[in-house]
Amino acid sequence: MNKIALTIDDQRVEVEPGTTLLEAARQIGIEIPTLCYHPDLSLHGSCRVCVVEDVNTKRLLASCVVEAAEGMVISTRSSHARRARRRNVELLLANHPNDCLSCERNGSCELQEITHKLGVTKEDVERFRGKQRDFPLDERGPALRREPNKCILCGRCVRVCEEVQGLAAVDFAGRGFNSIVTTAFDLPLSEINCASCGQCATVCPTGAITEVREVDAVWRALEDEDKFVVVQTAPAIQASIGEEFGLPAGTVVTGKLVTALRMLGFDGVFSTEFTADLTIIEEGWEFIDRIQGNKRLPIITSCCPGWIKYAEHNYPDLLEHLSTAKSPQQMFSTLAKTYYAERIGVDPEKIYTVSIMPCTAKKFEKNRIEHRDSGFQDTDAVLTTRELADMIKEVGIDLAHLHEEDYDSIMGSLSGAATIFGTTGGVTEAALRTVKELLTGEPLDRLNLGILGNREAEVEIAGRTYRIAMVSGLANAAEVLNQVRAGTCDLDWIEVMACPHGCVGGGGQPLPNSREQKEKRAQALASIDEHKSIRKSHENPAIKKLYEDFLGEPLGGRAHELLHTSYQARPR
Amino acid sequence: MGCPCGHDGSGLERYLQPLQEVLAKYPSEERYLVPILQDAQEAYGYLPQEVLREVAVKLNISFSKVYGVATFYTQFHLQPRGKNVIKVCTGTACHVRGAGEVLKAIEEELGIQSGQTTPDLEFTLETVACIGACGLAPVIMINDDTHGRLTKSSVKTVLEGYKNQSGGGVVA
Repeated sequence: MNKIALTIDDQRVEVEPGTTLLEAARQIGIEIPTLCYHPDLSLHGSCRVCVVEDVNTKRLLASCVVEAAEGMVISTRSSHARRARRRNVELLLANHPNDCLSCERNGSCELQEITHKLGVTKEDVERFRGKQRDFPLDERGPALRREPNKCILCGRCVRVCEEVQGLAAVDFAGRGFNSIVTTAFDLPLSEINCASCGQCATVCPTGAITEVREVDAVWRALEDEDKFVVVQTAPAIQASIGEEFGLPAGTVVTGKLVTALRMLGFDGVFSTEFTADLTIIEEGWEFIDRIQGNKRLPIITSCCPGWIKYAEHNYPDLLEHLSTAKSPQQMFSTLAKTYYAERIGVDPEKIYTVSIMPCTAKKFEKNRIEHRDSGFQDTDAVLTTRELADMIKEVGIDLAHLHEEDYDSIMGSLSGAATIFGTTGGVTEAALRTVKELLTGEPLDRLNLGILGNREAEVEIAGRTYRIAMVSGLANAAEVLNQVRAGTCDLDWIEVMACPHGCVGGGGQPLPNSREQKEKRAQALASIDEHKSIRKSHENPAIKKLYEDFLGEPLGGRAHELLHTSYQARPR
Repeated sequence: MGCPCGHDGSGLERYLQPLQEVLAKYPSEERYLVPILQDAQEAYGYLPQEVLREVAVKLNISFSKVYGVATFYTQFHLQPRGKNVIKVCTGTACHVRGAGEVLKAIEEELGIQSGQTTPDLEFTLETVACIGACGLAPVIMINDDTHGRLTKSSVKTVLEGYKNQSGGGVVA
């Protein structure tokens, strides 16, 4: 195909057919402001903030959706284009709440940034100020909070929920001035078919959808002298929190993260990777048990709470296929209030467990009635990566320049297999390393399964071929699950991660949370694994000791009691 | 028509029976959503939450999407409607000849605002842009009857004629 030649701001540019004006402009270093546009979603063209002028026709074109055509002469800087962009932002602000100072997205709001960049003044905002909307807040939680009055109708959340997650838990309702993005009958997200994955919160340009914040509760616990506050950090955090402190995506800051947590006053600092190893042992043995009994296959992984809630709403008939192994977060918290409390001689009632997660669904998981096996609510608070970064910034710690410390020792040894839990395909690889060795004694090489979309693999272990699928993004998961339901596939193992790319792309991760960042974070986790001396969960010495001293046998007595859970069907 | 609260499973099943009859007439495909909603509204008088949820499940589309369609079209109502629907014309001719006064008189008489329904489900009050009877301005419609050249006192007499009519069961 011939390239298309056009002129943008007096510069000639040649682009491939199908290139939009926005992309063409970026190729020559011209940045056009956008709001409804998102690089990972379908094109929408609703906000008109990216309009440019077609010099020949004098028309304004939405550059994010209009494709470049031969001979076009475009001006992004003409008075016409510049004033139209500014006017469109002013109109968006006409019914937008004026409470930026106390908004959760203050400082990370794209509408705020664009208002500033385009030089919109107080007078401009007040000129169009009109009737304000009065939609109810959804603060029911426990994962997500909606403030529809801050919605600018860009539709990013609607697109990510429908296109990527296949759910459409939120959609446009009403018409004209009363148009709004909401749930059916404005029901709380926790009561509808929503996975709590938080992908909507990561694409929302304003404060209309955010996580339910638990920062104040954690400060209170840290400042309470009677509480022994134990923190766990999910594998994906070490490869993403650096972005909040100006480091490039994919910078590994494990040691600095540990130092920062100690500086904040946490009494015990651990990694969830310890119980990721434990999950592998339990889930691995469960897999072996089901293969040998030829029952409830395929087994489906259970570490992702967004996937669990989705399955409970949409595939209640397949719940028996889910592994009963708890997620690493819940295994850790349960052990913190039992095994760990015993080892350090602290009353479990005084232990307050905090987990740092790349995830909003973990907040929902924490509150599940099933997770009280320690005799208390197992996990007391869940902070997203963003919330922890806010705490670190609040007390003026510059994470990027800290020295490095190690995790505490009792539950501190970690395998590389556990690290890659944070990326799609990682749980499967970690499990297979262990399952293959348990069954044959032969080591397994790295599979290099790839990280995007549907992936299937066949693995031979002890003369039998196992068929395996790894999916991330719930719309991708639905494709595989529909085959399981219809009986048209012959799989033995399915790994499901609700968020695209797995936890590295979770709903609690630093913004922007686009494909580019997710890929770099995933690569960082893989490289940590490659450099670890222990790369198999069953070789983690602290795990062996845990079974010897406390749990007994995998799947057996105490392990069964403390490390496994059950699921409940929920309405669609 | 049974209890819509859903606490009693068989009650809900009974309540949804008229909807099941509507659904049986159409293939379970998204493109039949609007005619299904029209027929369901015909059966229930409005579109209750339980009905929209069941439509979503049967057509395999999201509940929020069904709600989005139902709230987009003014023909659909998510609240129960009165036995008598009053449409007050507020078009240009009616406006200059006192539609505002007429509307205010009806609001006072019924104790509800435009867009609302009386608690006894007797009257629903709405405004419309023009009903094409400008020669009769100011004009209102009650159900299929047209009443023209109204004043704030004569409209009360008109309303009296619709009160205390015991004929015809409550729709919903």
